[in-house]
Amino acid sequence: MKRRKFFGKAATLLISSGLLAGMWKKARAKTPEGYDPSLHYYGMGIQIDKCIGCGSCVEACKNENSVPREPFYFRTWVERYTIGKDGGAVVQNIDARLAVSRDIISEKEIIRSFFVPKLCNQCDNPPCVQVCPVGATFMTEDGVILVDSERCIGCRYCIQACPYGARYIHPDTMTADKCTFCYHRLTREMLPACVEVCPTQARIFGDIRSKASPLARFKRMNKLHVLKPSLNTEPKVSYSELDGEVR
Amino acid sequence: MINPISDQLVELLSQVTGYIYPNEIEVHWSILIVVYPYLTGLVAGAFILASLVKVFNVKELQSVYKLSLLTALAFLLIAPLPLLLHLGHPLRSYEIFLNPNFSSAMAMFGFVYAWYLMVVLLLELWFTYRRDLIVWSESERFPMKWIHRAIALFSTDISERAVNFDKKVVKAITIIGIPSAFLLHGYVGFIFGSIKANPWWSSVLMPIVFLFSAIVSGIALVITLYMIILPFKGEKIDMKCLDRMASFLFYAVIVDFSLELLDFIHRLYESEESIRILSELVMNKLFISLGIIQVLLGMLLPLGLMISIKLFKFEEELRKLLYFVSVILIQLGIFATRWNVVIGGQMFSKSFRGLTTYKMEITGLEGLLMTLLLLVLPLVILAILFKIFPPWKESVPDTGPTLVTGRG
Repeated sequence: MKRRKFFGKAATLLISSGLLAGMWKKARAKTPEGYDPSLHYYGMGIQIDKCIGCGSCVEACKNENSVPREPFYFRTWVERYTIGKDGGAVVQNIDARLAVSRDIISEKEIIRSFFVPKLCNQCDNPPCVQVCPVGATFMTEDGVILVDSERCIGCRYCIQACPYGARYIHPDTMTADKCTFCYHRLTREMLPACVEVCPTQARIFGDIRSKASPLARFKRMNKLHVLKPSLNTEPKVSYSELDGEVR
Repeated sequence: MINPISDQLVELLSQVTGYIYPNEIEVHWSILIVVYPYLTGLVAGAFILASLVKVFNVKELQSVYKLSLLTALAFLLIAPLPLLLHLGHPLRSYEIFLNPNFSSAMAMFGFVYAWYLMVVLLLELWFTYRRDLIVWSESERFPMKWIHRAIALFSTDISERAVNFDKKVVKAITIIGIPSAFLLHGYVGFIFGSIKANPWWSSVLMPIVFLFSAIVSGIALVITLYMIILPFKGEKIDMKCLDRMASFLFYAVIVDFSLELLDFIHRLYESEESIRILSELVMNKLFISLGIIQVLLGMLLPLGLMISIKLFKFEEELRKLLYFVSVILIQLGIFATRWNVVIGGQMFSKSFRGLTTYKMEITGLEGLLMTLLLLVLPLVILAILFKIFPPWKESVPDTGPTLVTGRG
């Protein structure tokens, strides 16, 4: 009798824990019918010497993805580096509202200057995905890091974990938000908005595994570097002509 | 339409020095996240003080055993509140239990917390008080009688065998409890220490520093409560007990201080890429909260006071006064420690090129008033717990069974 009771209880426990486990779901991206994510693995190349700092990419991104207009919510932004003869570097956001005039180096003292477009690096070893307590931030099969805004609890741990400052809390949804490589466009065979509008083709987008594509050519023709390699985040955004001052 | 959050952030733009990534203007973990590790630290520290009695048989501390246990419980009950209030979507917090991401340190929160509350604190409390509850309920009237009977889960067995069993269980739970208390607060340290993106946090020492500062703050809190409550009840402070607690506190402060000093020297000596911005952070943004409050007032001064107590045989009243001043200063210092870790870690840019500012709200969900409320709430709960589990009431002598017979 005792034994039967025990087995009865054990069965109840098993079933109930099974039910609980059944509620455990992985977050997934919504893709249109006919799109097969297993056929792709996306990456981006950025040619620093081609960037003229026009800011079209930032504007296009804000429009395409309804990013708040304030000067502190960016999925992509452009930094202006001015390096003085004494080695000192001044960095500014090209958004005029953020450019602080007091930091400017006088023209004669400048030794080199360039623009660096920044965005989520879509890391292959993403710290944000690692730390998200509820699995709301995840990597798609085609290599893009997304946030499921229906699941995100707004704890902001991912923002702390991102070494690139690529994330923010969207003030309307109160969930984490970031560059998605315009995933909704990719799955419809379109380029990310920033790539599409860049007048100098400083941004090159494509499949990392493709053998003949603008991205493959970019990788063949340039010496490449990624941001903060020592953190082992394995970015899928790589830069050519990247200066040592850029962090 | 401009969002009110954005509105506040616009003000901060002019206070940024150097360059920060544009999304970094917002300090994401506010004062509430300062309160969270502070509260859990008090829990772990108070519990470890309680375990000294049971596991290491420190007899002088017997009279604060129950006080420490109840203090730990009262603060643990409130500890998750600041986290919950801080979430962008508090109503989704259950996801952390239903859909935990096992690679996330934060996802383990639910499990560590539940383990500590259910398995360690509540069980230990129940077995500690079970016999008392039964005995008390015998001579009480409604409603206390029923409250005590219900909390004892209507058990009635106070035979010697049962009481001995209780004692054994308490000891066993305490032995599990010590590593659990280490786990609870070490884990909070790990949440910060494992963020490689942030050089101010990323340190293998972080869980250990958290742990020892937890022990320091927990013991200091129990001493404070003990020194405030006893005179109010018109009872005399047991100097042997106080001296002993202060002695443990003294050693804990020394270990804590050495660890933090080691961390500091290590950073300076390694002098990594981030050292310049971190020095700027310490010299500008954290000078008062770290240099003055945490180190000078919160550590060196109390250490000096306690050393002088050990060196010179002061009379009782002066000793009490010095102890009291020390524990209040230490409490202040540990709160500053939490502030410096949590807020300090967010005031420099991960580009290592600039500093931002944190502007605390006064009202509002993450404001100063809420913080004060969260710090007072555990004391209110503690007062209620005192009513239900009087910690000072002497246990009725062990000849109990004659008092209650024929029930069940």
